[in-house]
Amino acid sequence: MAVKIYNAGVKEYRQTYWTPDYTPLDTDILACFKITPQPGVPREEVAAAVAAESSTGTWTTVWTDLLTDLDYYKGRAYKIEDVPGDDSCFYAFVAYPIDLFEEGSVVNVLTSLVGNVFGFKALRALRLEDVRFPIAYVKTCGGPPAGIQVERDRLNKYGRALLGCTIKPKLGLSAKNYGRAVYECLRGGLDLTKDDENVNSQPFMRWRDRFEFVMEAVHKAERETGERKGHYLNVTAPTPEEMYKRAEFAKELNAPIIMHDYLTGGLTANTGLANWCRNNGMLLHIHRAMHAVLDRNPHHGIHFRVLTKVLRLSGGDHLHSGTVVGKLEGDRAATLGWIDTMRDEFIKEDRSRGLFFDQDWGSMPGVFPVASGGIHVWHMPALVSIFGDDACLQFGGGTLGHPWGNAAGAAANRVALEACVEARNQGVEIEKEGKAILTKAAKSSPELKIAMETWKEIKFEFDTVDKLDIAHK
Amino acid sequence: MSEVIDYKSRVSDPASRKFETFSYLPAMADKDIKKQVQYLISKGWNPAIEHTEPEYVMDSYWYMWKLPMFGETDVDRVLAEAAACHKANPNNHVRLIGYNNFNQSQGTAMVIYRGKTV
Repeated sequence: MAVKIYNAGVKEYRQTYWTPDYTPLDTDILACFKITPQPGVPREEVAAAVAAESSTGTWTTVWTDLLTDLDYYKGRAYKIEDVPGDDSCFYAFVAYPIDLFEEGSVVNVLTSLVGNVFGFKALRALRLEDVRFPIAYVKTCGGPPAGIQVERDRLNKYGRALLGCTIKPKLGLSAKNYGRAVYECLRGGLDLTKDDENVNSQPFMRWRDRFEFVMEAVHKAERETGERKGHYLNVTAPTPEEMYKRAEFAKELNAPIIMHDYLTGGLTANTGLANWCRNNGMLLHIHRAMHAVLDRNPHHGIHFRVLTKVLRLSGGDHLHSGTVVGKLEGDRAATLGWIDTMRDEFIKEDRSRGLFFDQDWGSMPGVFPVASGGIHVWHMPALVSIFGDDACLQFGGGTLGHPWGNAAGAAANRVALEACVEARNQGVEIEKEGKAILTKAAKSSPELKIAMETWKEIKFEFDTVDKLDIAHK
Repeated sequence: MSEVIDYKSRVSDPASRKFETFSYLPAMADKDIKKQVQYLISKGWNPAIEHTEPEYVMDSYWYMWKLPMFGETDVDRVLAEAAACHKANPNNHVRLIGYNNFNQSQGTAMVIYRGKTV
């Protein structure tokens, strides 16, 4: 056994943490960082510093280092790559031994990987682009409380995407008027409606009143249509105790689904709530407020594909994914990359979709991606083509803004969805033939006809800020 | 601005009940049903036929018509079973299911013969 001797002082990080000959283990957690270094610092040194500061290292050698086997516990920077089209930064790949992290704790993983290191002075900017969670770690996490298949069985929805709507105005309605808006959407043909993320328990509408009126609306719409319905009751609360109290009441009212904001509410709260949902037969819809603060800057922060994996491990049955076609940010190929990450069992490395690693989820259930924001009936052919059936398509303004009201708006969306699915199943290229499909369906649906006239000219064609890194020189 | 039209749906009217996928479209013609059977077979799913009295439309379990047709790839045989089920239960909803044994779910399910709701 080699004996190590204590030498006080500052060592270059790369002496210890840059290991280009290392072959990552199947059990390692792997991370890809996009590093923008301060000028003049060599890439290997910065990459090694990131590996050190996100694992065992500190800025100087300490004698207690010698009481353990740091070579076993240290993170290793093992590969460096150019960022296509951007010389200001580079990719560094870091491998972490699985024993650095508490089992079943995405909280612990993130505290290391995106902890102090992000404020490190030798870096101008740092972005966590992707993480490979080894199957050994995946197996320690609870994951989605129900998953796609179980949700389909509970809600009796097969062969098409789920259809939803966020109730607006997002703030200011009384509980009874809010329940009215829910009822109208559901009787018109939506499967699910949603609390806006900002709706928690404000003076204008306390949570308990909202829950009662909304569930009356859900149950009446079910009796009327003969279809199973739900409303995402937002249980996001100031404290975990209050969150569980609201979840318990939702269960008492026979609600099939509740909702949580996993980033503002926090991952500890989210993981606990997901466990509660699994134990109580409750579906869990996840909103992602604050994600753009973390994921939109191409040089600094955490990419959404990482936040997606974190949520799938922490637990949630739905997660907002972006729409590709609506009012909110999202490059098409990159979005397809992270919606597969939500749903599939095994996702292959594919740089053209921004996926840096193979990811094996084993038997962990999948999450429904939720497309929401600025979409209406004219987007339906593209949405069905992009998302397929395992998705929840949410039309807020596109339902509530219908000239004849929410029920008509809901019916218009439902007819449009079913017409697109029927045509797709027949082998029709629905994005190309979208107009003909909708026009034909509108002949037997006056609600759809008016919707098509109302939203005819609205398009959202701003360029995406956070693009995939591809050479453009 | 067009005149606002009332949305006609009533708890008291059994004809207001829907039955999930494709129930917001007009009933399919035979040639269109055939295309849907073709679709689920092309996906590698196992065709099955179920039926129920319309008043029990919300139940998870409808009556199976015989057994799922595991491995059946002949569209006409599937259509013939559906027609036989409809003939024997003319007032019932008859639905076509594509069982996906890999994800242990239904790839699709749709009512292809609509029962008498009034």
